[in-house]
Amino acid sequence: MSFRIIVLAKQVPDTRNVGKDAMKADGTVNRGALPAIFNPEDLHALEQALRIKELRKDVEIILLTMGPPRAADIIREALYRGADKGYLITDRKFAGSDTLATSYVLSLAVKKLEPYHLVIAGRQAIDGDTAQVGPQVGEKLRLPQVTYCEEIQNISQKEITIKRRLERGVETVTSPIPTLITVHSSAASCRPRNARLLMQYKHARTVSELQEETKDYTEMLTNKPYLRIDEWGVADLDAKVEQLGISGSPTKVKKIENVVFAAKESVVLSSDNKDIDQLMKDLIESHVIG
Amino acid sequence: MNNIFVYCEIEDGQVADVSLELLTKGRKLANEINCKLEAAVIGHKLEGIEKQLFPFGVDILHLADEPRLAPYTTLPHCEVIVKLFEKIKPEVAIFGATSVGRDLAPRVASYLKCGLTADCTSLVFGDHKETKTGKEYKNLLYQIRPAFGGNIIATIINPDTRPQMATVREGVMKKEIYNEDHKGTIKKIKLDEVLRDELFPVQIVERHIEKQKVNIKSSQIIISGGYGVGSKENFDMLFELAEVLGGEVGGSRAAVDAGFVDHARQVGQTGVTVRPKLYIACGISGAVQHTAGMSESAKIIAINNDPKAPINQIADYSIIGNIEDIIPKMIKFYKKNTK
Ligand SMILES: Cc1cc2nc3c(=O)[nH]c(=O)nc-3n(C[C@H](O)[C@H](O)[C@H](O)COP(=O)(O)OP(=O)(O)OC[C@H]3O[C@@H](n4cnc5c(N)ncnc54)[C@H](O)[C@@H]3O)c2cc1C
Repeated sequence: MSFRIIVLAKQVPDTRNVGKDAMKADGTVNRGALPAIFNPEDLHALEQALRIKELRKDVEIILLTMGPPRAADIIREALYRGADKGYLITDRKFAGSDTLATSYVLSLAVKKLEPYHLVIAGRQAIDGDTAQVGPQVGEKLRLPQVTYCEEIQNISQKEITIKRRLERGVETVTSPIPTLITVHSSAASCRPRNARLLMQYKHARTVSELQEETKDYTEMLTNKPYLRIDEWGVADLDAKVEQLGISGSPTKVKKIENVVFAAKESVVLSSDNKDIDQLMKDLIESHVIG
Repeated sequence: MNNIFVYCEIEDGQVADVSLELLTKGRKLANEINCKLEAAVIGHKLEGIEKQLFPFGVDILHLADEPRLAPYTTLPHCEVIVKLFEKIKPEVAIFGATSVGRDLAPRVASYLKCGLTADCTSLVFGDHKETKTGKEYKNLLYQIRPAFGGNIIATIINPDTRPQMATVREGVMKKEIYNEDHKGTIKKIKLDEVLRDELFPVQIVERHIEKQKVNIKSSQIIISGGYGVGSKENFDMLFELAEVLGGEVGGSRAAVDAGFVDHARQVGQTGVTVRPKLYIACGISGAVQHTAGMSESAKIIAINNDPKAPINQIADYSIIGNIEDIIPKMIKFYKKNTK
């Protein structure tokens, strides 16, 4: 029996590099214009899985990502780096899911892949920074959890030893297998794409992508079935619709305010009461203080 | 009325600052909707811990004291909290956005199928009307947080699930004693039925935690003083402003060298690099070795009596004038405007 590692990953807008083109005239961010990338800490998670694969010969790495059809890009990225397979979890009914609904869907997908040994995710995604999905998937699967992994120090068929990076220090823990791990950005960075794997997988396509293709893939897929990326929707996962999307999400967004970035133009104030009073009001209003 | 709840973290018998900050916030929220403030401490050797907590306005303190509960591991703490919540049904539950709180709160929220908002920067009560159904809600917790790499500010609500859960980072809320003589009641949590052996799969082999010392890096608001502050006594004004705004005090090397402030607080090339959402530079000229450590702050206010000081070039606001005059006014007008 192989040792199965499931890596959870997300495609995110690159919020760290909000360049000029991504700015609208009013100074707010044009989210559509941000490049979509493999969430950075999920790449660290993938690297941990790849390292285990180097230690043991029987490892199978499966990447799961939930998102729109274009998220298939990160499955290919994972295949180029050494993952064995990927599933795209996609369905219109998933739209609007908060972390609870997302973790419900992901946990159903993980269950479909039983028996597995490890579930590894990045600590958090840069578009929300919540760090909630990992632990919530763990809870739904009734798995133990080890968050903020910096290094996997030892692994056997039954137990894993992990060094955790905490705010004020480090901790080494053991957990029985199967378990859920979230990986911290202080862990090793992910290796680059492998040239041979890039050649092997560059034609990997999801079912929806194949429908868009003008080229006929039928023969290629018959010869190389590994190029087919499966998609799972509500029906495949047997998901309860009331636990998905907006209806399955207890948190609601009441209001979104765009933060306006203005060119740095210094406001010069005097020490008069009027100036200081106005300054404090502005800071409170813009949630900088208070 | 159901109550406001705060999960309190301890390290070496000391309640974490973040927990005291959350209690301060929790007390205010409780007064606003006329309910009690409840808190829980889960760990070992907790005798006397209430002395640190009651002055912050805790009315009911739940204690779970057992050797296996310290140091923190996820499953037993989660089990104690969910069993407690099923009993006391809090209206609001707040956790520190710390290594512990961010590990625990999502697990609890998932078990109870509750909404949880991470890293809130502001928590206030407000009303809400559901546009579709027309259903009206009174006193919902508005959980306000930056998202999208700080490019947007979102207000999140949990209309239908309880508790309304949120995490808040250290240094975001102010820490303020409510009343030195405030007395609450202690309730010991019965652990025999809760702590089953299967809750301890994860074992801690080794642990190195540094003592909580001054760490201005994690503070969202930094009031930094330079040589221009003039004396150690004048630095007290900066500490007072920091306390009022819920921030920390930093300093330039010239201020550290002059003995006005500790080296642990030095910002710059040979000190720490900080990126708070607000940096107030008081009597700091703005040498590159200093600005190297703070120029990425989201907002910079410079207070200097020299309109030509280089710091003004990177400041969003430059207040031209004397520290002695301006800092007390900032404290006064902040208090006036937040009443
Ligand atoms: C290798 C090296 C490393 C260094 N590393 C650091 C570092 O990590 N951090 C650091 O800070 N420095 C560092 N320095 C020192 C740095 O070059 C500056 O000397 C130092 O930052 C100056 O501190 P200051 O702005 O407080 O003092 P000053 O330059 O003396 O400025 C004082 C300011 O206060 C104003 N002022 C005076 N009185 C008042 C008043 N009553 N009200 C309002 N404003 C008033 C003045 O107008 C002036 O602008 C380093 C230097 C070297 C060579």
